[in-house]
Amino acid sequence: MALTRRIIPCLDLKNGRVVKGTHFEDLRDAGDPVELAARYNEQGADEVVFLDITASKEARKTIIDLISRAADQLFLPLTVGGGIRTNDDITAILRAGADKVSINTAAVQNPAIISEGAAAFGTQCIVLAMDVRRNFQEAEGTNPIRLPDGSTCWYEVVTHGGSRPTGIDAIRWAKEGEERGAGEILLTSMETDGTKEGFDIPITEAIASATSIPVIASGGVGTLGHFYDGFVYGKADACLAASVFHFGEYTIKDVKEYLAAKGVPVRL
Amino acid sequence: MTKIAIIDYGLGNLRSVLRGIERAGATAVITQDEEEIASADGIILPGVGAFREGMEKLAPVRESIIRSAETVPLLGICLGMQMLMEESEEHGMHEGLALIPGRVRRFHPEPGMKVPHMGWNTIHQMLPDDPLLDGVPEGSYLYFVHSYYVDTAVSNRLCETEYIVRYASAVKRDQIYGVQFHPEKSGTTGLQILENFINLT
Repeated sequence: MALTRRIIPCLDLKNGRVVKGTHFEDLRDAGDPVELAARYNEQGADEVVFLDITASKEARKTIIDLISRAADQLFLPLTVGGGIRTNDDITAILRAGADKVSINTAAVQNPAIISEGAAAFGTQCIVLAMDVRRNFQEAEGTNPIRLPDGSTCWYEVVTHGGSRPTGIDAIRWAKEGEERGAGEILLTSMETDGTKEGFDIPITEAIASATSIPVIASGGVGTLGHFYDGFVYGKADACLAASVFHFGEYTIKDVKEYLAAKGVPVRL
Repeated sequence: MTKIAIIDYGLGNLRSVLRGIERAGATAVITQDEEEIASADGIILPGVGAFREGMEKLAPVRESIIRSAETVPLLGICLGMQMLMEESEEHGMHEGLALIPGRVRRFHPEPGMKVPHMGWNTIHQMLPDDPLLDGVPEGSYLYFVHSYYVDTAVSNRLCETEYIVRYASAVKRDQIYGVQFHPEKSGTTGLQILENFINLT
């Protein structure tokens, strides 16, 4: 037997509730996070991710209480992201019962947070979350990627929930994150997120090949086949999904049985 | 009721270990107090983080732990298991608690084999009749996250796991146990192992 591929349900949280949108907009209520986390624990999820998308700093404090309530029900690895800027923020989240933190916008603004976090808490604790978008304008120092339709683009890192382009090449950023001590990369493509048309395979495969840390594919799952594609063609170590699980289209077990039948190693 | 002392040395997610012990039917305290350690029915040495920092932070209770380990069951988890060994090569050579002979070594990455070893992997039971493994089927999946592994004689091996090398994923000497995986993060199988540990007390 071997190390298995992981299936990770992701709970986007706003003001203490799970929400789900398309392209980071049009948020819909998808339930109570503690209840959902307990359900995924029962179903055999390999890990759970909480992403706090609450805008205001004040409201964000509710996340700590939420993590501790969820962690009491959840005997699985828990990753928490959203609004983390300092080692003190990381400490508070780990104390509440999380095992890893994911850092996105704050890492772009201050890349030292990755190295400082890794030094203080270990690389296994720091997940570099990156949101990316295709850019078809040529730019120096970027890595061209060929898309299935034959066209070529580079992938640009975007921040603030996808609203701000940074000019940073995604592959270069992934490598820098690894060098700075990130233990994993959580890759979300703005092209596919919320579309249910499948993961963005070209960039997933490119980053999985360019780095030697695990890559979690995120954004776009609509069918069981999309998980298979993420692992086999995207070379992802883990696949993350939200709405297909929250709205009960598939259970974690459905996904794993499907993958096992097709020869992908999963924990059943 | 059985009381377990979870050693607090400022690293890692202790809350999950505490909840795991409570779920398995005992009470637990997170402590660095010598008297509390001495009066506990069992000791858990948890941990994620670096070996040297872990040993430094453990220094004030080092003797209490070694003394208790002679009379009550001890369970080291992840870094806590590694600290049971004689020495570790993590960032230079550092001494451990030397409760079980052996050395902590770094995984040398191979193509397609990422380090840290992170995720769910299987355990092969070397001592299947051991009470810590009651009700745990051969080949069960447990959750791992580590870049270093324990190298110890076969006679100390309770379980083995294959990742780059075949290594000791659980060790045992008398009532001293160590597990490289995280039982508190390994769903029902992990909770079963914690319950078995409590039953040893």
